[in-house]
Amino acid sequence: MSNVFEYAPAPESRAVVDIKPSYGLFINGEFTDGRGTSFKTVNPATEEVLAEVAEASDTDVDEAVKAARRAYTRVWSRMSGAERAKYLYRIARIIQERGRELAVLESIDNGKPIKESRDVDVPIVAAHFFYYAGWADKLKYAGYGETPLGVAGQVIPWNFPLLMLAWKIAPALACGNTVVLKPAETTPLTALLFAEICQQADLPPGVVNIVTGAGDTGRAIVSHPDVDKVAFTGSTEVGKAIARAVAGSDKKVTLELGGKAANIVFDDAPLDQAVEGIVNGIFFNQGHVCCAGSRLLVQESVADEVMARLKRRMATLRVGDPLDKNTDVGAINSAEQLAKIRELSEIGEAEGAERWSAPCELPANGYWFAPTVFTGVSQAHRIAREEIFGPVLSVLTFRTPSEAVEKANNTPFGLSAGVWTDKGSRILSMANRLRAGVVWANTFNKFDPTSPFGGYKESGYGREGGRHGLEGYLKPITTGGDR
Amino acid sequence: MRSDSSLRRFLHGLPGVDQVGCEARAAGLGTRSIKTTSKAWAIDLAIRMVDLTTLEGQDTHGKVRALASKAMRPDPADPTCPATAAVCVYPDMVATAKQTLGDSGVHVAAVATAFPSGRAAMDIKLADTRDAVEAGADEIDMVIDRGAFLSGRYLDVHDEIAQVREACARPDGTSAHLKVIFETGELQTYDNVRRASWLAMMAGGHFIKTSTGKVQPAATLPVTLIMLEAVRDFRDQTGQMVGVKPAGGIKTTKDAIKYLVMVNEICGEDWLDPDWFRFGASTLLNDLLMQRTKMTTGRYSGPDYFTLD
Amino acid sequence: MSRIDVRKTYKLYIGGQFPRSESGRSYVVNDARGKLLANAAQASRKDARDAVVAARAAFGGWSGRTAYNRAQVVYRIAEVLEGRREQFEAEIRASEGVSPAKARAAVDAAIDRLVWYAGWADKITQVVGNANPVAGPYFNLSTPEPSGVIAVVAPRGPLLGLVSVVAPLVVTGNTVVVIASEDHPLPAITLGEVMATSDLPGGVVNVLTGSQAEIAPWLASHMDVNGIDLTGVEDAELATELEVAAADNLKRVRRPAPDTDWLAEPGLDRMTQFLETKTVWHPIGV
Repeated sequence: MSNVFEYAPAPESRAVVDIKPSYGLFINGEFTDGRGTSFKTVNPATEEVLAEVAEASDTDVDEAVKAARRAYTRVWSRMSGAERAKYLYRIARIIQERGRELAVLESIDNGKPIKESRDVDVPIVAAHFFYYAGWADKLKYAGYGETPLGVAGQVIPWNFPLLMLAWKIAPALACGNTVVLKPAETTPLTALLFAEICQQADLPPGVVNIVTGAGDTGRAIVSHPDVDKVAFTGSTEVGKAIARAVAGSDKKVTLELGGKAANIVFDDAPLDQAVEGIVNGIFFNQGHVCCAGSRLLVQESVADEVMARLKRRMATLRVGDPLDKNTDVGAINSAEQLAKIRELSEIGEAEGAERWSAPCELPANGYWFAPTVFTGVSQAHRIAREEIFGPVLSVLTFRTPSEAVEKANNTPFGLSAGVWTDKGSRILSMANRLRAGVVWANTFNKFDPTSPFGGYKESGYGREGGRHGLEGYLKPITTGGDR
Repeated sequence: MRSDSSLRRFLHGLPGVDQVGCEARAAGLGTRSIKTTSKAWAIDLAIRMVDLTTLEGQDTHGKVRALASKAMRPDPADPTCPATAAVCVYPDMVATAKQTLGDSGVHVAAVATAFPSGRAAMDIKLADTRDAVEAGADEIDMVIDRGAFLSGRYLDVHDEIAQVREACARPDGTSAHLKVIFETGELQTYDNVRRASWLAMMAGGHFIKTSTGKVQPAATLPVTLIMLEAVRDFRDQTGQMVGVKPAGGIKTTKDAIKYLVMVNEICGEDWLDPDWFRFGASTLLNDLLMQRTKMTTGRYSGPDYFTLD
Repeated sequence: MSRIDVRKTYKLYIGGQFPRSESGRSYVVNDARGKLLANAAQASRKDARDAVVAARAAFGGWSGRTAYNRAQVVYRIAEVLEGRREQFEAEIRASEGVSPAKARAAVDAAIDRLVWYAGWADKITQVVGNANPVAGPYFNLSTPEPSGVIAVVAPRGPLLGLVSVVAPLVVTGNTVVVIASEDHPLPAITLGEVMATSDLPGGVVNVLTGSQAEIAPWLASHMDVNGIDLTGVEDAELATELEVAAADNLKRVRRPAPDTDWLAEPGLDRMTQFLETKTVWHPIGV
C-alpha cells in the first residue's frame, strides 16, 4: 500500500491571464512605447520568455515625472480626501474582483507558489488599498499633518512585486501625492496589470505612472530634480547609493532594505508551532524575504530535538511548479539570484558548516534550490552575516537569554526578529532588547496593513504600513503647508 | 509516576501548544489536493476505517442488525466495496451485533464506562467493560473522567484507564482493544488534549479518541493534529504505536480526505491503516459511497441510491 | 388602462428578519401634504425586548470580527445603498416634501458617511489607543472596545440622520436597537433591507418604528442595554426621564441633539462615547 497516497498536480489555470507579447510604459494614464530599448521577462519556473518590456529612458522618466507633476498640481492635490478615498476604494475592489488573475500572473512572473500569491500577497494588497483609502479623509487625526509632498518616485523589488507596489502607492495616493513607480526588471507584469486597473477605476491620468526598466531607470527616477520623495525597497547597497544621491536635496526618503533576522527558540517554546514558524520564516517565498528568519538561534538544551523535528518537517515540503496548489516552495526568481544563493552556500560548506538539504526532486528547467539548512554555524561565518535571500537557513545555538540577544543584535541589519517561548514576560523582555523594527513572538512573517514595517540600522529608515506609514508622504507639521 | 504531582510535572513539562499556530497548520494541510487514483484508494481506505456508529437511546436490536449488515456490505450494488472497520454500539447491543457480523471480520466496538458522561462508580464502569467483552466486543471505547482530569487528579485518570484495560482481558489471555475517549470539547485547550493523549498512552490505551459525539465541538482537524503529533512523538520515545480516532462531526468525503492527508504528513504511512486510524461516524459512510460511485460512473449520485441504515 | 401598483408593506427589522409588531398594531404614515403613504408597524415594548435579545445575541460575533471585516461590511452597505439611491430619493421626497436636489444631497451624504465610518473600523484603535510608558518593568497597552448593546433614538432626517447615528456604533463593534424617526419611518425600514442584503449579520442593527415615548422608556430601563443615544429625543422632559432610567445600570448616555447639522463632517465622539478603554499590564523579564 505504500506510496499510493500521492498528491495530484493541481495547477491553477493560466487561462485567467492574458500576457501580451510586449508591454510599453504607463504614463499619464496611457500605455506608450517609450524611447529606450526593451528587455525580456521570463517565467523562472520554466525559463520561458513571457514578454518584451520597454526599458524607460531618462526622457521617458522625465515625461512620467512631468505627468505626475501635472496631475498633482491640477487634480490630485486639489481633490478632497473623501474623493481620493473613493478612487482607492475602487482600486481595492477591482483588485479583489481580479484577484485570481493577479495571483496567477504574479506566480508566473515571480515563481512564488500560487497558494502564497493567492492567499497572502493579493489579499494583503487589496487590504492595503482599503486601509489607506480610509486614511485619505482622516489625515487630521493621524498626527502627521495633512499636506502632501508632491511627486513620489518609487522603486520596488522582485520578491513581492504587487505587494510592494501596494505598500508604496496606497499611502502616497491617500496623502495626496502622485507617483512614478518602477517595478523590478524581472517582475514587471503585475505592475502593468495594475496600471490597467487604474484605468478601470478611472483614476485621473498621471496620478499613477509605471515605468519599467533596470538600474538606470531607477537612478533616473531617484535623481530627477522634480521628485519630492523617494521610496525604495531593495538591497542595502542600492539603499546607500540612494541616500548618497539625494544628499543635499529636499527629497524625503524612506528605505526598506536587507535583513538577517534571528529567529530565537527557547527551550520552553511550543515546539511544533516553532518548527512551523522556522519553516515559514525561511522557506516562505523561497526565502526571498527581506525580513526572513535566516538565522535560527536555538537554545542548546533543545537544539537536537528542534533540528530533528525541523528536518522531518522539511522533508514534507513540496518544491515545484508555482501554479500547483500543493506547492510549498516555488522557483528562485532569476538565474542571477540562484547563482548568488549557490555561491554563498558553497562558501558556507567551505567555511566548515554542515549542509543538509531536504530530499526533493527539482525540475529540469527553471531556477531551483532545495530547502537547505546549515548547522554548526558560528557568528564568524559569512552565511551567518550576509543576506542570502534564498531558502537557506543558518543554525546557531545559545545558552542564555543574554547570549541570544547579543548574537541576534550582532549584525549591521535590524529589520526583524522572532522569539519563541511560552513565557510572556520573556517575550516582552526580548522584544525590548532586540534592535529590530519588527519582532514576532510565537509567529513569524505576519503582515497587516495596519501594522508598521521597517528596519533599524542598515535595514533602512522610515516605516510602511499603519498610521506610521503616512508620515513618509506628508510634510512635517512644523514646516507648514506651503509649497 | 505514582502521584498526581509527579504526573503533573511530566504532563505540564510537555511542550505547549500555540493555538493560533496549530490551527493555521491544520488549515494549511486541509488545502492539499490528491491524485484521482489516490483519491479512489483514499475513499476505500476511509470506508475501511469507519467505525459505523449508533449510540442512541432509541437503538433497538433491529436497528443494530441493520447497521451491522450495512457495515459488512456498505454498497450492496457493488461487491468491490470494502467493509467498514467496526460497528460501534452500546454494550447491551454487542451480542446482537456480533451475531449479525459473525466472522465477517468487521469488529464490534462497545462504548463502556458509563458512556458518555463517565459519571459512575468505578466498579460499575469495570462491570460495564467486562460485560461488553464477555458479550464479544472486540474493542472497548471508554470515556475518561473529565472532572478528575480538569481538577488535576491525573493519577485517578491514569489508574482508571489502566484498570479498564485490565478489564478488557479475556480468559484466553487475549484482550479487547481499548480506545480512550477524551471528550476534547470539554477539555477545551490544546494543551489539555496533548496532556490527555500522553496520559492515556502511558496508561496503556491502544487508541486515543477525540469525542463521544454527544458534545460540541466533537472532532476537529486541529485537535486531531495534536493527537497525531502525540502518537508520533510517543513512538519516537517508546517504540510503541498508538492509534487515533477522530469521532463526531466528520460528514463528508472531503473532510475525511483532509484527515488522511494530515495522518500522512504528520505520522506517515504507517498510520494509514484501519489498525491505527479510525473515523467514528455514521453519515460519513454514505457520502464516501456516493463519491465512490461518482468516481466509477463519472456523474454525481444522490442519497436515494444508498441505504439509510 | 393603467397598471395597479403593488404596494410595499413596511414591517420591523429585528434579528435579520422583518416581522410585524407582535402587538399587531400599525400606524398611518402621511406624506408632507398629509396624504397616506403607508401603514407602518407600531412596535411595542415586547418588540423592543426581542430587539435587545437579538442585539445581545449578535454582539459576541460582531465585536469579535476583525476590524477589517467590519470595515468591509459597512463599506458594502454603502455600495448597496448607492445601487438603490433612487428609491431612497423618492422616499425622502415623499415623506419630507423636499426638492429632488435636497433629497439627492441627503442620499449622497448618507453614502459618504457610511464610507467615512467604514474607514474608521481599523483606525479608531490607532487614534485613541495607546502604549503607555509606565514607570516600571511593565508592558502597558490601552485599547478601545465596544460597550455592548446600544439603544438609539434616531433624529429626524430619515436617512442621513439615521445613518449618522447608527454607523459609528456598528463600525466599532457595538450592536444597536434603533427607534426610527416617528414621523418618517419608511426610509429606515428600507435601510433595513439594504443592511439585510449587505453581509451585515442579523441582529447587529435592529430597527423599530412607532412611538418614541412608548418604546424609549423600556429601552432606557432595560438592564441588558449598555448605552443609550438620545440624539433624536425632542421632548426635554422625556429626555430627562430616560436619562434617569438609564442610571439604574449606569448606561452610557448621549444627550439629545435633535438640531445637529447632519451634512457637516462628524468628529470621533459618536464612536468614542460608546467605547470602553481596556488597559493590559504585563511584566517584562526573562
